[in-house]
Amino acid sequence: MPDIESFRAETRAWLEANCPAEMRTPVARDSDVCWGGRNCQFSSEAQKLWLERMGAKGWTVPEWPTQYGGGGLSRDEAKVLASEMRRISARSPLSSFGIWMLGPALLKYGNEAQKLEHLPKIARGEIRWCQGYSEPGAGSDLASLRTSAEDMGDHYLVNGQKVWTSYADKADWIFCLVRTDPTAAKHLGISFLLFDMASPGVSTSPIRLISGASPFCQTFFDNVKVPKENLMGVAGKGWDIAKYLLTHEREMIGDMDSAGRDTVSQIARKTLGMEANILADTGLRTDIVRHEINAWAFALTMERVKDEAKAGQGVGALSSMLKYYGTELNKSRQELLMSISGTDGLAWEGPAEGEGDLARGWLRSRANSIEGGTSEINLNIIAKRVLELPGA
Amino acid sequence: MALVLNDDQKMIRDSADGFFKAEAPVAEHRRLRDSKDETGFNRETWAKMAEMGFAGVLVPEAHGGAGFGHVAAGLIMEAIGRNLSAAPMLSTAILGTTALVAGGSPEQQAKYLPLIAEGKRLFALAADEAARHAPAHIKTTATPSGNGFKLNGAKGFVLDGHVADTLVVAARTRGAENEPDGITLFLVDAKSAGLGITRRSMVDSRNAASISLDDVQVDGADVLGEVGKGFAILEKVLDAGRAALAAEMLGVSTESFTRTVDYLKQREQFGQKIGSFQSLQHRAAHLFCEVELARSTTLRALVALDSGDERASLFASLAKAKSGEAAKLATNEGVQMHGGIGMTDDIDIGFFMKRARAAQETFGDIAFQGDRLARMLGY
Repeated sequence: MPDIESFRAETRAWLEANCPAEMRTPVARDSDVCWGGRNCQFSSEAQKLWLERMGAKGWTVPEWPTQYGGGGLSRDEAKVLASEMRRISARSPLSSFGIWMLGPALLKYGNEAQKLEHLPKIARGEIRWCQGYSEPGAGSDLASLRTSAEDMGDHYLVNGQKVWTSYADKADWIFCLVRTDPTAAKHLGISFLLFDMASPGVSTSPIRLISGASPFCQTFFDNVKVPKENLMGVAGKGWDIAKYLLTHEREMIGDMDSAGRDTVSQIARKTLGMEANILADTGLRTDIVRHEINAWAFALTMERVKDEAKAGQGVGALSSMLKYYGTELNKSRQELLMSISGTDGLAWEGPAEGEGDLARGWLRSRANSIEGGTSEINLNIIAKRVLELPGA
Repeated sequence: MALVLNDDQKMIRDSADGFFKAEAPVAEHRRLRDSKDETGFNRETWAKMAEMGFAGVLVPEAHGGAGFGHVAAGLIMEAIGRNLSAAPMLSTAILGTTALVAGGSPEQQAKYLPLIAEGKRLFALAADEAARHAPAHIKTTATPSGNGFKLNGAKGFVLDGHVADTLVVAARTRGAENEPDGITLFLVDAKSAGLGITRRSMVDSRNAASISLDDVQVDGADVLGEVGKGFAILEKVLDAGRAALAAEMLGVSTESFTRTVDYLKQREQFGQKIGSFQSLQHRAAHLFCEVELARSTTLRALVALDSGDERASLFASLAKAKSGEAAKLATNEGVQMHGGIGMTDDIDIGFFMKRARAAQETFGDIAFQGDRLARMLGY
């Protein structure tokens, strides 16, 4: 038996033995998603067990090196693991900005001590991270950020304000863009700091959104002392790290559609029913299949991009393409789910109405094409870096 | 299987690129159109394509072919799409070969496959009867006669039907008009008595014949596959064709897109390159994404055909739908962004739009593929 097939057999057996039955059902509500962290509220014993087992195996981050808490798997082995998890509809054990965003940047730019300190805790879901990027005056024009970090000899003194900090009120640590050199050109005075959200002087305030939820916060820094060893990379070179991390963030946001959810057509079948072997609502059926053609084409593109990266091929600015297309697709998915539910989808409050989950999800998805770089910014990047159009 | 090209495939891509650019570029397409060439392609080019192994790309090595497979065939089709090269690649090398490989007896394979690989025998698929693609919609009848059958009916849009030596005809030996069961495939010599072949010139300057069958006598040995069980073979032939067309349209899209982006970098209005206008930049960037998605679906479909993936039909429809939509957008945007000059016959951009339209219609557009996909997915 080829190695990869014996790996598949072992993986299948391990998942059979270790994935709790409750973790093999579709994610239905927010609490079904596990974010880890010091103050993690597990929604069930099974959720906790699943995270512990996968974390111990390094399979929360299958392709990270084992010395940093990863699974040390090859790309092909990681594909097998993913397909075996899909086979039994296993939930992802851990959702984490540490995994999707900070981890790749730490692996590339962090020093050995930082990697050993932070990566294993990310892998095991022990520390939950948030991202200090946007500011009230620095959205699409992120490099105009003003939060300052003054060099005080043995530490930096951080002052300023961040906004749209996802789950800042629940996070343990923050990776944060700060200005260390106010005299340098705007892209050159930026540094990348890691610090504990429990540090004196850090405060957060949730922002209420159109969905009624408050996943984002305003985050304030008032004379926060950050040890010098918490600087990642080189002072003044933080913009390179910021951009590198954004490419991972964009891929992560773009990739959301393939996270093992029911497809639109599966939901439509249940909700709308069938007539003469086709979906009862033939008008919506056409819309749904057009969406699924794009969703499938996009999923295959994600796969191809990863395969090409592995083979050292591929084109630049792909993260912008994936972010742009993936988020627009997710928005189209949410629109269709609303259409499928008709007027029932408009329900907003009350347990009998599912607390308006569907409508809130639809509203939440509107942010997908804004956060992490708007669709328009990503189209600008493609025009400039890939198509090399003038003056973009 | 990874969605990347291996070294052999990259070599085929490069040699196909070089070949069609040199031997059958867009200028040659224009020349064939302007001269109202009766054949519709250059037979010398086809002979060279046979020497290159392109004609026999799907023919197994045991029958004298190159046996490179569908990914390689797709790379050749993509180069054909970029250069708008006219050749019986689809009709003969893809459709004819797949029909023989999927349904042919050892005798039929031994008789025809080597001739295809040598470029010495042209095939055409005579299946569709309605203007909108509907493969089970077959009224042409095959009734027992002598030691074989008599065929009666009419076929439309038979690609390269006017030059084919052998037609693969789908006819009904039993069953109702839209039933897959009861369809039988026949290998019919183009010189058979009772066969009427009328060449039609199409918008893309390719040829698609209308064919009438009036008591055309075929031998029992000319049945391809089993009597009444031809639909499964026909589906394989069509899926190979859909994936190949997806690849050709990908070539059409990429070339149209490249030419358009180049134009955006040259054309000046209001004292600046029009490519500096954000309204055009965003549309071009969106189009780039669509073409990349089309590329992924096309490669997946070709890989599925090569590996005998049980979802090959699904991926073929997906690729045909997505690549068709990308080609439609790429060529429409191509003409629009060229402005007035894009409407003229002087420049080539319009040729790409014409070819994209024809290729979209061939073997089902997105409406057909979407319906087929939804049915395969159970809705």
